[in-house]
Amino acid sequence: MSGKMLLMGNEAIAYGAVDAGVSFVSGYPGTPSTEALEAVARLKPPGAHVEWSVNEKAALETAAGAAYAGARALVTMKQVGLNVASDPLMSLNYVGVKGGLVILSADDPGPISSQTEQDTRRFAQFARLPVLDPSSPEEAYAMARAAFALSERFRVPVLLRPTTRVCHACSVVERMKPEPLVKPSGFVKGKEWVIFPRLSFEAKKRLVAREPELADAQRPFNFIEETRGDLPARIGIACGGIGAAYAREAALSLGLRCRILKVGASNPFPEALAVEFINGLDCVLAVEELDPVIEDGLRPLMDGVALRGKRDGSMPIAGELSAAIIEDALRVMVPALSLDGGKDGEPPPLSSSGDISTCGGDKGVGSAPSLIAAAALRPTEAVSGEEMERQPRLPLAVPIGGDAAAQAEGASPNAAADEPAPTPPIRPPILCAGCPHRASFYAVKRAAKGRKAIFCGDIGCYTLGNAPPLDMVDTCLCMGAGVTIAQGLKSADPDAHCFAFIGDSTFFHSGMTGALNAVYNRADMIIIVLDNRTTGMTGRQPHPGTGESAVGEPAPKADIGAILLALGVTSVRRANPFDIEEAIETTHEAMDETGVRAVIFEAPCIAVAKPGRPMAVDASRCVGCQVCVKALGCPALSFMPSPYQQGRIAARIDASMCTGCSICSQICPTECIQPLDGPKGGDTA
Amino acid sequence: MNCLLCGVGGQGTVLASRLIAQCAMDAGAFARTSETIGMAQRGGSVVSHVRWHDHAGAIPSPLIPLGGADALIGFEPGEAVRCLPYLKPGGAAVVSVNGVTSAVAALSGNQPDAAVFVDYLRKAAPNLILLDGAEIARRVGSAKTLNMALLGAAARLLGFSVESMLDALRKRLSPRLVELNRLALEEGAAASGSARTVNPKEGSI
Repeated sequence: MSGKMLLMGNEAIAYGAVDAGVSFVSGYPGTPSTEALEAVARLKPPGAHVEWSVNEKAALETAAGAAYAGARALVTMKQVGLNVASDPLMSLNYVGVKGGLVILSADDPGPISSQTEQDTRRFAQFARLPVLDPSSPEEAYAMARAAFALSERFRVPVLLRPTTRVCHACSVVERMKPEPLVKPSGFVKGKEWVIFPRLSFEAKKRLVAREPELADAQRPFNFIEETRGDLPARIGIACGGIGAAYAREAALSLGLRCRILKVGASNPFPEALAVEFINGLDCVLAVEELDPVIEDGLRPLMDGVALRGKRDGSMPIAGELSAAIIEDALRVMVPALSLDGGKDGEPPPLSSSGDISTCGGDKGVGSAPSLIAAAALRPTEAVSGEEMERQPRLPLAVPIGGDAAAQAEGASPNAAADEPAPTPPIRPPILCAGCPHRASFYAVKRAAKGRKAIFCGDIGCYTLGNAPPLDMVDTCLCMGAGVTIAQGLKSADPDAHCFAFIGDSTFFHSGMTGALNAVYNRADMIIIVLDNRTTGMTGRQPHPGTGESAVGEPAPKADIGAILLALGVTSVRRANPFDIEEAIETTHEAMDETGVRAVIFEAPCIAVAKPGRPMAVDASRCVGCQVCVKALGCPALSFMPSPYQQGRIAARIDASMCTGCSICSQICPTECIQPLDGPKGGDTA
Repeated sequence: MNCLLCGVGGQGTVLASRLIAQCAMDAGAFARTSETIGMAQRGGSVVSHVRWHDHAGAIPSPLIPLGGADALIGFEPGEAVRCLPYLKPGGAAVVSVNGVTSAVAALSGNQPDAAVFVDYLRKAAPNLILLDGAEIARRVGSAKTLNMALLGAAARLLGFSVESMLDALRKRLSPRLVELNRLALEEGAAASGSARTVNPKEGSI
């Protein structure tokens, strides 16, 4: 169906997303956003996955997974839901997306049906993300459509934040020709999907550097218009969202001819346009619900022109706006509008141009601020969907992150030295010698060999499984997101076996949510719990599974397997990762099933377990095949020149590091690695 | 006074820097430290900055600027070379000669010999004390006491007596570990005496 329809704002957003070819929609109900996902569910776009998620964090993470694989994805929530989703949001801005990802976060001025009066545009500033702020259902349709292209061009999520009076208003919306549903291109592995401190450092710089380009791309959403009253005045109204609708109405009602700056994309703030807008005005009124975002954007640009808004009390700081509130404020600003001449005292003299001068301005027309471009006031038509469609869609850009940092880190020559300093080896953090995670990763890698598989990682020591030679972390975003991203990836890349690795402490933190989300939404994936019985990376803190409290007292001990079964997973298997064959076999069994399966690899962190007898290499039997070193990347393993064969190398185990986990011994083709005789300590080489 | 400690995660740089700060505090100074904790803790390059002064205002931030360290304690020779730009001209360095394998370098078969870094340090750091940390560890009976051996060797440079370091150690370690660490501390102090020592008149300390 196309053509004109009467749509509620939320429905218009749903239609906009569907017409943009959305194929993954997730959300959590919350007034005033709820109807958007319901409308998509009714429309049932062919081939699209639509789900109510367990919460907004899970919703954003699953959608991110789908968008990683190239799907266009929509996530719906209300403003307080964005607080729940802020964990993935604040990392996803750095990691980015491939398919367009649009986050509908509906704000609720008043609040009418919410706990808070928070402003999603502030969140956009916080996360350095674009935010589109529709003033009507028809604009919401156009913005929802355009947001996907914007997201793909800049590879970042785009926030769409209507307010209650847009969400729950109806208007005539003209549907434009839908874009064909693009089949997701599939997930392409790369280090840009794994958040690491260095990636975030580079990504933040990139986000800031691209702000001018983003501002340019957002020009269709920001424009200056002039109202058509008989009473000209050198005032301007800067407005956004539903405030723009009220402002237009107030000007109309008063018969005022004035300039309007409509800000539909407030981050980054359209400064050049704002300067053009301010030029020649005596006074500006900022009209917006919730926070003074536009007002604060204007303030440094005013160059002596008066600015009224929430900060000086001209506009209410809380609650909804109305045309009447704006009319009252305009009467104060333009004394000629007011019967009593305005609160600010005497009517100002008429200017030579015949315009009605206004109060508050401390300068005349002649001293207008210098313009970036001396453009004349340019009334602009409201942005149309068609116009937005003309926006260029550039190819996906800029590989993220990289090794540059590590390379740049080399030693610089000391002033005292005559020769350049030798370059110390790169020393990224790695899994400890004897770490059970290494064994688990190795076992799953072997089990999945030859099959298409995606390994979603999470936050903890096991993020380090990304390093070669294991190379077992294809994605990492934020706590608990491995499970949800695996679900979203599987949805957009159905041929792949999707694994989610999660530690025991992270499982309790937010992995349970993702597991339930996957079960409820009929996902097909394997959750691998790396249960090392502690919170390893941060230094061995107890958690609900350890049976110990923060002060070292006994505490109830949660059973991860029982929890998973209660959440409804198809199966739970347990294995000792240090028994490589058993671990591989267990993984194979889980891979042969469908639904959400779980494997719990149980072995304590080396920091909490007593080390076993270290292993040693019998160099006389070592053939120098390097399998142990190249498959495991254990810091206790290295090479040395073979003492038995000239020109050959032999493996070497640093007994001071080795905990005797024995996985190198299990994979050694010549069985030349055996437990060291005698007391621990010393070097075997 | 600025002291930079560098090494590989797991070698005990954090405890060592805390002990120095504790000593400084016990001596009536204001101390700040900044350490690499968390993701880099295992096997990664780690750096600790320790600063102390009679007046807190003299050390407003916890980080030592490049070329601002009066002393550098290197737990690994390659890491010491990496951090040498922090050392003041004329500053003193105490470095363990034993290399720690980089798993990444081992993988590529490109593991440099620790001696390369030690040789460079001999030329580039005029006030250098080299310590055979592995030998001391063998004598003490634990590879985990390298940090104490280095502290013992550096104590005098930092202006602390071995006794005051021992006091600080007792405040921060569980009693059952004190004896082992005391041994390492004293071994380190003794070794530095027999190693090439700094001429106090030449050093900046």
